Amino acid sequence: MDRFSWSNGLLEINETLVIQQRGVRLYDGDDKAKLDVGVALLSTHRLIWRDVKNHECCIAMPLSQILLFEEQAAGIGKSAKIVIHLQATPANKEPGPYQHSKYSFIKLSFKEHGQIEFYRRLTEEMTRKRWENTPASQILTAGRTRAVGIVGIERKIEEKRKETDKNISEAFEDLSKLMVKAKEMVELSRSIANKIKDKSYLLSMGIADPVTRETHGSGTHYHMQLAKQLDDMLQAPLEERGGMMALTEVYCLVNRARGMELLSPEDLVNACKMFESLKLPLRLRVFDSGVMVVQLQSHSEEEMIASALDNVSDKGSLTAEEFAKLLGLSVLLSKERLLLAEKMGHLCRDDSVEGLRFYPNLF
Amino acid sequence: MSFEWPWQYSFPPFFTLQPNVDTRQKQLAAWCSLALSYCRHHKLYTLDVMEAQESPVFNNKKIERKLSMEAIQVVFEELRKKGNLDWLDKNKSRCLVMWRRPEEWGKLIHQWVSKIGMVNSVFTLYELSNGDDTEGEEFHGLEDWMLLRSLQALQADGKAEIITMDDGKGVKFF
Repeated sequence: MDRFSWSNGLLEINETLVIQQRGVRLYDGDDKAKLDVGVALLSTHRLIWRDVKNHECCIAMPLSQILLFEEQAAGIGKSAKIVIHLQATPANKEPGPYQHSKYSFIKLSFKEHGQIEFYRRLTEEMTRKRWENTPASQILTAGRTRAVGIVGIERKIEEKRKETDKNISEAFEDLSKLMVKAKEMVELSRSIANKIKDKSYLLSMGIADPVTRETHGSGTHYHMQLAKQLDDMLQAPLEERGGMMALTEVYCLVNRARGMELLSPEDLVNACKMFESLKLPLRLRVFDSGVMVVQLQSHSEEEMIASALDNVSDKGSLTAEEFAKLLGLSVLLSKERLLLAEKMGHLCRDDSVEGLRFYPNLF
Repeated sequence: MSFEWPWQYSFPPFFTLQPNVDTRQKQLAAWCSLALSYCRHHKLYTLDVMEAQESPVFNNKKIERKLSMEAIQVVFEELRKKGNLDWLDKNKSRCLVMWRRPEEWGKLIHQWVSKIGMVNSVFTLYELSNGDDTEGEEFHGLEDWMLLRSLQALQADGKAEIITMDDGKGVKFF
């Protein structure tokens, strides 16, 4: 079997197919060759065998290798065979399925018959020796990568295309891995955002669907809707804080509740300015110092001042911080209240290195 | 007799210039009154502004409060507007405190002159401020510059005439 060489099975120029027979198993000497059943082809120049299942498995041997051959009749459970004795391997033989063999003969086992005709034809070709007459072009029995003819060219193009494809695929492998990760991240962030949205802030505020520029556009209409939503949202917090909240506190509270689609300071101020015209029970108020607050309309500043005076008189004197602590207000708002009381003449101030204190106005 | 401090003197806000306009007016009025009565009590006729800051009038060590320089200037300006203070220099570092205005002094002096029936007589300034006869009168010990202003005020009123003599000034009352 070591006389065979790998072949693409294509006939050369001047080479003609004589006969082919299916169901042939090859034997290396007396041993079954490590090949499956295939097709045996006889041409004017060579003996070719091809695997039926795997057409790429194709081997050939020049007929000049054949020394002599004989028939072997079939037996019980044995197919008819042709035994072919071979000459020594030439030095320039192309690689084949067998590097070396201890036998110098092969057998063709005809599982599906046809050995009689094959034998007759083989005899004929071996007599005529047509391979000697017609100078066939170099019988290329080398590896399957060598190709000739248009088919060869096509095959080469095909192979190149496959190679390119493979390279591109490899190059983009990393990118697609990255894309997969990115997709995962987007999914994750979306799910987290949803979770935050669902949390207590939003539920307690009752905002399922915040007013956004998308839903309500920009401009007055947007601010009007926003004002209404603020009214709903701020009633409870304002009650808790004695009816007044600094605008900065409102800004933080509102945006924390919204989660996404945050309000800009401008939008908040513009919405608050509409409270009065929309007859909502809230008011935006600006102190002399520039501090802006949102307060309940029902909130009476006179009452607040009167009670402030009581507080101060009670304690003799108070700083803004002490007053804030007493009332549970922010220091900023408590100072505003004290200043207002001073403005109305109910309080007077003591400004020293010890700080700013307010006294009842005894002057 | 020790000086009696007004209630405001122990009230810390008294030493902070009040931003509320109405409150400030009342505060300044109280300061003017205090400054003048203090000067009257201690017979102070001039004040040095720098010294004033450390003077007990503007500095209550007990409550650890004192008027700022800015506030003192405001008080002095108020006094000047009322006619109780005159700056001695352009830099406003020294002033004359007239806890009684010249017109008021003039009136007092004229009253006394009338009382003793010395109208149409001529007095020297020294006689008026340091004479034995005037002892016991409030204007006794009045500083010359103050006396002069008072007499000038009377003069403007037509109730006196200042006469320049060889060794000083004199005045004739009408």
